[in-house]
Amino acid sequence: MNSSIALSVEDLSFSYGGKKALTQVNFKIRPGECTVLLGPNGAGKSTLFSLITRLYDTRDGRIELCGFDIKRQTLLALAKLGVVFQQTTLDMDLSVLQNLRYHTSLHGMGRKQAMQRIQQELERLNMYDRRFEKVRQLNGGHRRRVEIARALLHKPSVLLLDEPTVGLDVPSRLSIVEYVHRLAVEEKLAVLWASHLIDEIYSDDHLIVLHKGQVKANGTVDDVLKINNALTIKDVFYTLTQGEQA
Amino acid sequence: MNVVHYWRAMWGIIWRELWRFVTQRERFISALVRPLVWLFVFAAGFRAALGLAITPPYETYILYEVYITPGLIGMIQLFNGMQSSLSMVYDREMGSMRILMVCPLPRWFLLLSKLLAGTGVSVLQVYVFLAIAWFYDIQAPWQGYLWVLPALLLSGLMLGALGLLLSSFIKQLENFAGVMNFVIFPMFFMSTALYPLWKIKESSALLYNLAQYNPFSQAVELIRFALYGQLNSQALIYTFVAFIVFMTAAIIGYNPSKGMMMRKGGA
Repeated sequence: MNSSIALSVEDLSFSYGGKKALTQVNFKIRPGECTVLLGPNGAGKSTLFSLITRLYDTRDGRIELCGFDIKRQTLLALAKLGVVFQQTTLDMDLSVLQNLRYHTSLHGMGRKQAMQRIQQELERLNMYDRRFEKVRQLNGGHRRRVEIARALLHKPSVLLLDEPTVGLDVPSRLSIVEYVHRLAVEEKLAVLWASHLIDEIYSDDHLIVLHKGQVKANGTVDDVLKINNALTIKDVFYTLTQGEQA
Repeated sequence: MNVVHYWRAMWGIIWRELWRFVTQRERFISALVRPLVWLFVFAAGFRAALGLAITPPYETYILYEVYITPGLIGMIQLFNGMQSSLSMVYDREMGSMRILMVCPLPRWFLLLSKLLAGTGVSVLQVYVFLAIAWFYDIQAPWQGYLWVLPALLLSGLMLGALGLLLSSFIKQLENFAGVMNFVIFPMFFMSTALYPLWKIKESSALLYNLAQYNPFSQAVELIRFALYGQLNSQALIYTFVAFIVFMTAAIIGYNPSKGMMMRKGGA
């Protein structure tokens, strides 16, 4: 395994009973790269995330995080991972600070280190002043920011985001997209961003188009456009998914 | 991973559960109202109807309220165990369970921590209930209030583990009503919580056998004896074995490779 690979997915297949959800999925992500996983609803994005986070068992194929096999070296692999799930996973009745402290304790961080990291991450997102507020009082965009901050507290090497901007207004969406792209570069973080929104893709991103559980395209945005002889991502997407709505 | 990491994580899980319980006032009150209604209304009504012979650990004739108190303590823990299981299903549906499952600690440890947290909450409820019962003149020897603590921990763990096991089977929150009808009520009524075994035997041999081998009965007896400073070894062993069996099954149930999670296709 090449140490410059942060996330490696090899020959991954998965079925729900007899129904195939993923078929022979292969891709790699390097540190500092932002990879957008684009696919319509039901493409298999959430299944893929559940496999990478070990919520489901990997039976066919292999997933490695920073060289650690998720099935055989689960704890070492999970320590390298930060995740923002599609649904909000914050405790609404606890404050921002309490939610983040819960996460730091799950990652074994002491009080001093935890408070330091919480301050750093919340300040970067202009949320530090709101740390004592209950999550229920925050709007959707601010809750998402807290979840991103939480995912970064233990300094992961790989950040997974499963459609994190769903249901947010345009300014919140743009600010989160911009922030995560900046993170990838500044923190040398490998980002895998599942989305079905084409406008969240930057020109220097890597792109994986997933459709019906299969990788239909994989490469830089330029490469994907060239290979498919298309001018826009939208055209590529429509061609590869046979006109399904993104 | 080191011991400190495990300790911090466990404390974090327990703290969160306790904090949630203390801040959710409705949950706190409703957890107390149920056994208190049984004590003040049901037991008072039955006092005249039910004659109780002197049986260990009691050394004299007792009021029905005194007999029923350990059963109601068991009820608090049974409902609390199921409540924890309900919250596991809710957390799983809402997604917050995922945060726990993706942290770099073994699942058995995370489940055990969750279980300890739930047991801590139930012990808290029991002591508040015992304090109210004390003012109602249901008073055990003072040492009993200390001896009952380890018994409460074990019975809480056993009933909580049963809840965990059930939560690994239940896919949706709506299915939880079935648990109430098929697990909680039969377990409670077919036990020594409300009537002593010999009384049950008088009415039905089958019911007697069911009540005798019901782990909930054993937990109630463990609590009953401990409250009077006595050890019921059979109940202790039975409750401990039941805890190990339920916990092992729950861990298998939550294992992504082996358990029910795969069959359900959800975590």
